[in-house]
Amino acid sequence: MALTARPRLWRLARLEFDPVRKRRVLLYPEGAMLLNDTGGEVLALCDGTRTVADIGAELGTKYNADVTMDVAAYLAKLVERELVHDAQ
Amino acid sequence: MPSETPQAPTTLLAEITHRCPLHCPYCSNPLELSRAQAELSGDEWKRVFTEARALGVLQLGLSGGEPLLRKDLESLVAHARQTGLYTTLVTSGLGLTRERAHRLRDAGIDHIQVSFQDSDRANAERIAGITSVEKKVAAAALVREIGVAFSVNVVLHRGNLDHIGEIIELAASLGADRLELANTQYYGWAALNRDALMPTRAQLDAAEPIVDAAVARYRGRMQIIYVLPDYYSQYPKACYGGWGSVYIVIGPDGRVLPCHAATQITSLSFDTVRDHSLEWIWRESPGFQAFRGDEWMREPCRSCPRKAVDFGGCRCQAFLLTGDARNTDPVCSLSPNRHVIDEALAVAAGIETTPAYTYRSMPPATAAGRAKAAIGD
Repeated sequence: MALTARPRLWRLARLEFDPVRKRRVLLYPEGAMLLNDTGGEVLALCDGTRTVADIGAELGTKYNADVTMDVAAYLAKLVERELVHDAQ
Repeated sequence: MPSETPQAPTTLLAEITHRCPLHCPYCSNPLELSRAQAELSGDEWKRVFTEARALGVLQLGLSGGEPLLRKDLESLVAHARQTGLYTTLVTSGLGLTRERAHRLRDAGIDHIQVSFQDSDRANAERIAGITSVEKKVAAAALVREIGVAFSVNVVLHRGNLDHIGEIIELAASLGADRLELANTQYYGWAALNRDALMPTRAQLDAAEPIVDAAVARYRGRMQIIYVLPDYYSQYPKACYGGWGSVYIVIGPDGRVLPCHAATQITSLSFDTVRDHSLEWIWRESPGFQAFRGDEWMREPCRSCPRKAVDFGGCRCQAFLLTGDARNTDPVCSLSPNRHVIDEALAVAAGIETTPAYTYRSMPPATAAGRAKAAIGD
């Protein structure tokens, strides 16, 4: 996904924490995607105002590593599955 | 018997009533429909939703029959949503007033799926066995008005498959976020009507490029899901990741099933939430244990590398068409019973005049049943 894109979740999707599996999970019609910790953190920041670069910088600071390209690649996969859209 | 503990289920389909104003001949409900007085109460359903969430269920479908016929639907939705379940209402649209639509939104419904029978009005009403299109269009507009996720579902068969392009345009004009185009699966009433419903190879071949083009054209605006008919496949469908793997169906009377068609396997019995906890039924009950893992398999499944892909196919279909639920699903080209599928396809290819439907209907009411119904449900 382009670094200037402003990702937001599909209108039909909802991010929840699942206490049974102790992970975040993305819920949408007829489906559920279990997320690992970093995937959950990325999606929690997909609010349609932050850019991909913003999200990369925010998580990069937290983990003290350059993760922007990883974030962009991860979101690109979710765009392909129509679970994430560019709000612009 | 499988030795390992089953994983957590993800999906619960709650068939909260079998009552329905429609008479669709492809209905997957059992031929023996539950009456209103046999239905679980609202409090029983709420307890079940809480137990389901605790067991790991994430997705709840409120289905039927027509779930809007339950006057307590909104309170069931509110409870389900409080537990965190992603809640879908599967409806014909009949009975959805503006007031109820807004109450459902306030209760937290995530997603409403409205069925349509065809793009052609007269044919749609012939299939449903009732005047219904105007009400469905109005219901679709109400779902748009309240702003929740909106799917259109159309069951495809011989009698509407030729209109698939128009059906896709209808769903788009209604403003659907998603369109499910599901070819009929032959259980319940659909099995009874198989000859009248089975499409021909030529119909499927004509539909495919139309669907493919529409999937590309509507990408990003309306998601199109197209479910092929398994009779025309080389390998069987992997029913919900295998028996008792992720999926639970509960009928109106509280019977818990691994698949909505499982009551047709008359060699098995299934427990109800009136007698047992959902957790016990999921983990321990004989009905759910019956086909977990692969110990139960026979050849050609037992030594087949695809057994981890399709789990031998559908147990219900194996029972219905071969008389033994442990057999390979006869859809599989490796099944010694594949001929029963090919014979059905040959019949479909040879039919010139489509047979009349046997419409879904409740059995005639008994005097006692009518008296109870008069007192109220």
